[in-house]
Amino acid sequence: MADTYTNPTVIVMIVEDNPNVLSRISLMFGQRGFNIDTITASHTHDDRFTRITITTHGDQDVIDRIVRQTQKMVEVHKVAVQTAGTHIERELLLAKIEVNTEDRSSVREICEIYHADIVEMTRTSMILEMTGKPPRVDAFLEVLEPYPMIEMTRTGVTAIDRGPEPLKYDKGRTYA
Amino acid sequence: MLLTGAEIASEVLIEQGVTDIFGYPGGAALNLYDALYDRQDRIHHHITAHEQGASHAADGYARSTGKVGVCISTSGPGATNLVTGIATAYMDSIPMIAITCNVAQSLIGKDSFQEVFITGVTMPITKYNVGIRSVNDLADTIRECFRIAKSGRKGPVLIDIPKDVLLAKCEYTPAEPIKTEMPAKPDPALIAEAAKMINAAERPVLCFGGGAISADASKQIASLIADGHIPACHTIMGTGVVSFGDEHDLGMVGMHGSLIANEAIAEADLLIAAGIRFSDRVALNTGKFAPNAKILQFDIDPSENSKNINVTSFVYGDLKDCLNELLPLIEKKERKEWFARLNGLREKDYYPKSIPGQLRPHEIMEIIGEVVGEDAVIVTDVGQHQMWAAQYCKATRPRGFITSGGLGTMGFGYGAAIGTKFGVPEAKVIHITGDGSFHMNMNEACTAVSNDLQVITVIMDNKVLGMVHQWQNLFFNQHYMETEPGRRTDYKKVIEGFGGHGFEGDTPENFRKALEEALTIQGPSWIRCPIDPDEFVLPMIPAGKTVEDIVVSEEDLY
Repeated sequence: MADTYTNPTVIVMIVEDNPNVLSRISLMFGQRGFNIDTITASHTHDDRFTRITITTHGDQDVIDRIVRQTQKMVEVHKVAVQTAGTHIERELLLAKIEVNTEDRSSVREICEIYHADIVEMTRTSMILEMTGKPPRVDAFLEVLEPYPMIEMTRTGVTAIDRGPEPLKYDKGRTYA
Repeated sequence: MLLTGAEIASEVLIEQGVTDIFGYPGGAALNLYDALYDRQDRIHHHITAHEQGASHAADGYARSTGKVGVCISTSGPGATNLVTGIATAYMDSIPMIAITCNVAQSLIGKDSFQEVFITGVTMPITKYNVGIRSVNDLADTIRECFRIAKSGRKGPVLIDIPKDVLLAKCEYTPAEPIKTEMPAKPDPALIAEAAKMINAAERPVLCFGGGAISADASKQIASLIADGHIPACHTIMGTGVVSFGDEHDLGMVGMHGSLIANEAIAEADLLIAAGIRFSDRVALNTGKFAPNAKILQFDIDPSENSKNINVTSFVYGDLKDCLNELLPLIEKKERKEWFARLNGLREKDYYPKSIPGQLRPHEIMEIIGEVVGEDAVIVTDVGQHQMWAAQYCKATRPRGFITSGGLGTMGFGYGAAIGTKFGVPEAKVIHITGDGSFHMNMNEACTAVSNDLQVITVIMDNKVLGMVHQWQNLFFNQHYMETEPGRRTDYKKVIEGFGGHGFEGDTPENFRKALEEALTIQGPSWIRCPIDPDEFVLPMIPAGKTVEDIVVSEEDLY
């Protein structure tokens, strides 16, 4: 699990909001042997477009090939590789853990330190919600290890450029 | 005017300049065929024996004419039968529109009769595909698909139209044919750098491929090699771009390319790649390909930049544009030593010998060249015969040699030859096939008969699946597993049964006579040419090896 994040590259693309666009993009990754570690997709303020954020890993050659292959896809309008330090990167975690009565306060303490929320509590369990960079989510999960995990889910990374400008690297209209 | 979706689809095809379409009707496609019924004076539909034949015919039509090929099928099995043809076009970047009809949207997702999620099936083998959801989007979407198919790096586009969309009505406004969208002019700085690299090179070699045909750049290629005095070789997809016999021509490169072409790339200090994609049949060993050379690549697809081979400089653009900008900057050079070295290699190359009384593959191709001449369009299937055709066809013009290069689709030839004959009726279409490939789709004979198409099929009959047989011989201890199928097909009877003409070309003389006669009669002919099952395709560089391992004589094999 932790390995996934040793050298992740975040690729953001703005794509037409068409049916099957997500399949088409993820299929191209499979077709060409690229990896998808995480993938998120959502609408944007402009209802013509969907924004897809993929984290992947590989050397520079592989990343270059991924960018070139995605750039030429008909429905892809922009592609950008997010380089370290120039963007904000977040992931959301929901974790359902077993917590007995005497452990409740220590879990609450951990949550405070990690800025996580307790969104539900039963007599035997808690659901925790936490947002942060993937390594921070990893660290949080590690601290939670003493508490049996019932279920958990991570959304995968979403990212946005720092500064006032929108996403760079408009590919223009070249359908190569 | 208010038209149904089926009528709109037909009108848009006509408006986009389509005159010929290949296909097969069926339940979901009934409305579309009804619309075509009323438009037979403006658009001609040709039914094939099988949808696969339709897709190959559309492909052959596109390859031979440079226009967009169009094929149509019904839903489900009709659509899946197109798949091999679409994949073939995709691998060779051929502009094609495949229209599949589908069940009504109310039935989609319910495993209805003849329902297949064909956009899902074809996603990895189309440049783009789209399922139409509303008749209001239909006309513009088809137009957009034409633009995508013929712009940039060309390719097949699939449009899936559900039955209810074909039935629904909407206002149709005719539009102009969509123009091919050209990439921006190449970067002048990169062109200047390219010229500098070429002018500085002592041992340059040009390698061109299918991109040169697609970009219609054969004149520019010819000027570049003449002006710069640059030796040139080609991939199988580039066959015919430079006229056979040109003093700069080194022939085909790759696994079954000439020794001289492969050696030139191994020794070159500059490789100019023009519309080639360094496939594993060309760059057999990517680590040792052109080891001494800087590589200068021109391509219309930026994703070809360092995809298979890392290149020194990549120039993005239309090849014709790139070369037009480049040519004025090219200095005349003698390169005497380089040509002397290469010409010295010619005698070490492989030249097949004629054996009295025996018909050998190269002789078949030579006789075709002599009898049919420059009007020939050679269309091949896939296998040994394909390589022999490429090696010995002496093609003199682009679009005169049609073959499935990338996908290597056995069964491609007959459909493609039929599409070619529809595309260029004045051409003499010679379909070269082997007994293996031909058995896959020989049923298309009925299409050639129905349409009185003079398509001449030359069957190189060695009674084995020759290419695999050759590999089993060389690398699998002569274990001829399933490559000697023991077929007893009487080709003459079969084609006569279809309503065509059959000939036996068992000697060079008989073959010549048969070919001459076939050229005088209407409708399809098959000429069977028995050849030795142990004929090898040579030269040969085994997969993953380099020119150092090239086999140039039968004696070297054992």
